[in-house]
Amino acid sequence: MIKFILNNQTIKTEKEEGSSLLDFIRTEMHLTATKIGCREGDCGACTVLEGSLVNGILTYKSIVSCLTPLVNADGKHIVSVEGLNLDGLSPVQNAMAENSATQCGFCTPGFVVALTAHLLSSQNSAAVDSLGGNICRCTGYKSIEKAAVKVDELKQVLLFGSEIEQMIKKGWLPYYFSGIEKRLAEIETIKTNMDGILISGGTDLMVQQADSLRHEKIARAGDFVSDKVAEEDGTIKIGAGITVNDFFRNGLIMEHLPQLSDFLPLIASEQIRNMGTLAGNIVNASPIGDISIMLLAFDSRLVLENKDSEQRQLALKDFFVSYKETSLKPDEIIKYILVNTDMDMNFNFEKVSKRTYLDIASVNTSLGITVDNKLIKEVYFSAGGVAAVPKLMSQSSGFLKGKELSIPTLESVLPVIKSEILPISDIRGSSRYKSLLLRQLFLQHFLKLFPDEFEQKDILNIMTTNSLYDEEY
Amino acid sequence: MMKNIDSSGHLRGESIYVDDIRELGGTLHAVPFLADVAHASILSIDYSRAKNSKGVIDVLTAGDIPGENQIGGIINDEVLLAEDKVHFIGQPIAIIVANSHYEAREALHLIDIEYQELEIITDPRTAKEKGSLLFPARTFKSGDVDKAFADCEYVFSGKADSGGQEHLYIETHASYAIQLERDNIKIYSSTQGPTAVQKTVAQVLGLSMNDVEVDVTRLGGAFGGKEDQATAWAVMAALAARKLRKPVKLVLDRADDIIASGKRHPYSSDFKIGLDKNLKIKAYKVTYYQNGGAVADLSPAILERTLFHVANSYFIPNTEATAYSCKTNLHPFTAFRGFGGPQAMFVIESAIALSAEMIGVERSLIQEKNLIRKNDRFHYGQSCDSNNAIKSWDKIYEKFDIISEIQRIRKFNSDSVFIKKGFSLMPVCFGISFTKTPMTQARAMVHVYQDGSVGFSTGAVEMGQGVNTKLMQLAAKAFSIDIQRIKIESTNTSRVANTSPTAASTGADLNGKAVLIACREIRKRLEEVAAEVLEADAGEVAFVDGEISTIRKNRGLSWEKLVETAFLKRVKLSEIGHYATPLIHFDKNTERGHPFAYHVYGTAYTSVVLDCVSGVYKVEDVKIVHDFGNSMNIGIDKGQVEGALMQGIGWMTMEELKYDDRGRLLADSLSKYKVPDIFSAPEKVDILELETEGPELAILKSKAVGEPPLMYGIGAYFALRDAVRSFNPASKPDFDAPFTAEKTLLALYAVRNKK
Repeated sequence: MIKFILNNQTIKTEKEEGSSLLDFIRTEMHLTATKIGCREGDCGACTVLEGSLVNGILTYKSIVSCLTPLVNADGKHIVSVEGLNLDGLSPVQNAMAENSATQCGFCTPGFVVALTAHLLSSQNSAAVDSLGGNICRCTGYKSIEKAAVKVDELKQVLLFGSEIEQMIKKGWLPYYFSGIEKRLAEIETIKTNMDGILISGGTDLMVQQADSLRHEKIARAGDFVSDKVAEEDGTIKIGAGITVNDFFRNGLIMEHLPQLSDFLPLIASEQIRNMGTLAGNIVNASPIGDISIMLLAFDSRLVLENKDSEQRQLALKDFFVSYKETSLKPDEIIKYILVNTDMDMNFNFEKVSKRTYLDIASVNTSLGITVDNKLIKEVYFSAGGVAAVPKLMSQSSGFLKGKELSIPTLESVLPVIKSEILPISDIRGSSRYKSLLLRQLFLQHFLKLFPDEFEQKDILNIMTTNSLYDEEY
Repeated sequence: MMKNIDSSGHLRGESIYVDDIRELGGTLHAVPFLADVAHASILSIDYSRAKNSKGVIDVLTAGDIPGENQIGGIINDEVLLAEDKVHFIGQPIAIIVANSHYEAREALHLIDIEYQELEIITDPRTAKEKGSLLFPARTFKSGDVDKAFADCEYVFSGKADSGGQEHLYIETHASYAIQLERDNIKIYSSTQGPTAVQKTVAQVLGLSMNDVEVDVTRLGGAFGGKEDQATAWAVMAALAARKLRKPVKLVLDRADDIIASGKRHPYSSDFKIGLDKNLKIKAYKVTYYQNGGAVADLSPAILERTLFHVANSYFIPNTEATAYSCKTNLHPFTAFRGFGGPQAMFVIESAIALSAEMIGVERSLIQEKNLIRKNDRFHYGQSCDSNNAIKSWDKIYEKFDIISEIQRIRKFNSDSVFIKKGFSLMPVCFGISFTKTPMTQARAMVHVYQDGSVGFSTGAVEMGQGVNTKLMQLAAKAFSIDIQRIKIESTNTSRVANTSPTAASTGADLNGKAVLIACREIRKRLEEVAAEVLEADAGEVAFVDGEISTIRKNRGLSWEKLVETAFLKRVKLSEIGHYATPLIHFDKNTERGHPFAYHVYGTAYTSVVLDCVSGVYKVEDVKIVHDFGNSMNIGIDKGQVEGALMQGIGWMTMEELKYDDRGRLLADSLSKYKVPDIFSAPEKVDILELETEGPELAILKSKAVGEPPLMYGIGAYFALRDAVRSFNPASKPDFDAPFTAEKTLLALYAVRNKK
């Protein structure tokens, strides 16, 4: 039996573990503020808060209920707008009202929840950054931006680290929130069995297979895979069940891979990053998986474990076999991701998609590079969207290794890059576009990482005189 | 400033949309079975497995239709359910009704259908060549275009294409039909056109219109996508409810909505433009190939509006414009904010851009020299009644110092290797009225209750544009009472009949005038009662903030007391106001007339910043001078401008409907069809009002605002083109919107790499 708290109500339900939380909220509980927009996590109209005890401390984040299998609500506090309503408008609602940030109103509850999640969190980013997963088709967003600025002001007065308490005290949250921490601690959560369909955040499986998952027994990844990060003997051992946001915001990651943090916004949206896990992004094996492309440039390894708890290690680059096929055996799961702590590289990530945020890349690429005395000592160049798998560009990387960091080097590696890729034309772009784009982004890595080593004009010269792509025009 | 009356309900999640209506016991759920091939004969269909599937109650097909299997809004060319042939992917063939939505959906996979595929056409020009048109072409002409070309200093020809656009209202199509006693049926529908639903339900079910009640509280976005396109789904729910005598709900999954429902028409066009040596446009000849999809839907009206907006804000003395509505094997194309106008404007702006590039002058110079002036005639005969085009142009230069802005951009570009900026100016002139004159009418029913509260109904549908708020403002003003005392009812065909859809930006004008007429009638009667009570002449009675008094005797009489007195005196406290827009007419034989009540003008300045390494861009700054008339709610109106602008920018930049040659929409989900998110919004949007008096035919002289600002978004396209050419002056990208990141990158490196 799945047990959780929905707003102020304790829920005990035998509904299907793999059915969506959104349907439960609307159909079973008749709470209709949470809207159905797209059922693929791309519009945010179904955004709810998920509260859970993290090291015993109540913590809230925004998630999309459409992609949340009901079993993932087990032991959590789920909050819809109904559960945030006060007698009058809440400060977040008021910020929206004062700035005329609602027109047709259908997306509005999702925005209110997303902004409230931001206010509740101990993140010091701007409120607007929490809204990347919410689509509004009416307002043109300028009014919503103003509301978000108002939320930033509200956040200023909350003492860092005790946001929830203070919001209750100020009357910004319903009083029942004060009892949630205790109530959650008392819930006896279920433990799923490994022989079901393994699902972690649900951000892919619930899009692709929502209908069939309703009938399946679910194995909740959280019951089997750690989400903790540890440092052991010069290796960072990342529990593969960690969500993307938790990964990027983890203290050890920020300490050892500080280069990553700038690129967080380019991955999915706040809600999806709160749900999707590293293992999920890797095992999905999408040729444009952002996490895979990043981790390839850190020469990452995977720890795989079978049902007899036998483990083996595999380089991430060897994990991807062909389109959506991996070396994972049927009874194996990804348990950990390993990165060496001495990966003291220059790192850059580039991603181009039709829309810059919350979109799937046409091409994404990472470059991890160490340069010593003008010589390229170590280099890991990865690219997505140009082959059937997220690809470590081994030949290009090998070509670059040991060469001088210079314009002729960059120029001479371009044919190697071209020879290593085979992009296809699809909804994300034509093959010639992807070829050209990868060349551009490859050079962009160097423009960004070595602004003092290269004259922009010289790079421009490579782009405009290089005959590599001529035959295609 | 009056806020949207729905604001609090929206923010608290308490506003009710169709899918939120608490279901009656026994409610069934319907899911349409849609064609999976674009053009085919149906050889056989076997529903037996589906019918035996768990929870399935019935599968309805064309054979279950008691009336006509016909839902075409303008032309009778669209069946509700396919019989022996299918013409587009997504065409409804059957309706599965089950105890739950999921059970209905699961049965979809159990339908065994065999098709014989037929030739598929997706391209409008191919359709035209093959003689596949939805209805005959139309041509609008003025002056003598051929003679004028002969006298031109410059003549240029080109091609301009603009893509379609998915509305992506966040609320998908939804309807809930309840069979009542006798033949009566009530339908809650997410439609902009309740009367269209009512009429079509009656036609398909073999009922009279008075048997059918359609009720609309609000829509979760529409933008034209629920004008005619909502009808089919409502009729399906009604058909099932009637056959099964149970309430039936049909709410489309996004996946179905996006492949099956209509979108903005893609256009491919050929133009020829002629200018004299002073850069005056003397002649313009254009042929539009409208991709009309497989059925006409509203295409005839949309094509007509394209022909009205051939010249955008410019006066061109000699024009010839021909438009073909090409029948293809794609889903219907339908109304979308701007309604064919944006497509026409994109072509003339392309023609001007090409001219400027060929002659070697700034595009804005040609634009400015040709803006339409008072007493110039539009090519369809109506006389231009203002200098607002020029005034908005001048004001944007003056108030925003556009000259300096442009200098800053040029300076920036000369200092920057890889980041380039671009700018554009985009004037807009958009005609307001349904161009089909019989649609320019509306009614309102107003009740003053004996306690002094007021309730009223109109034909206007609230979809976020704030029409209900404006209408309540009008009623409050008419009675000089607090808006809290007023309630606007849902839009219901049993209260207000024969309504026009809420479309063409006319919702507030038409329905508002009707509200005022009804309120004034009631007020007149109340004034007489007041005069009697106050022992004065009716003309001396003044209504101020809920108090009635006379100038002579300042004896206060409250609104409530007055209403109560009137009721006791058996005075009629209800009224139906009827309004028909005067003056307008149009003769389709000569393609001449006075089709618009008035025009809305404005000018936008847009700047973009383009990363010339990656082709990624951002709209930086949009400055707009817009002709609101005398806005009755500037907060709501500016919200409309901001929202329409964003949609226009989306249409011109990232929103790309891609199909394969089998007629399949590839951009068939939100993960593939990208609409602007909050980070795609221009960094800065400034909107200034053009101080104009506003025409009498606009409600309280407050001009219609829904559609015109969408076309400011076209400026983003030309600003991007400017940025691309700053990096690569040799690049002459095709005029082919949207200007996606792919097209910018290819344009940045296209010509230069060719040796």
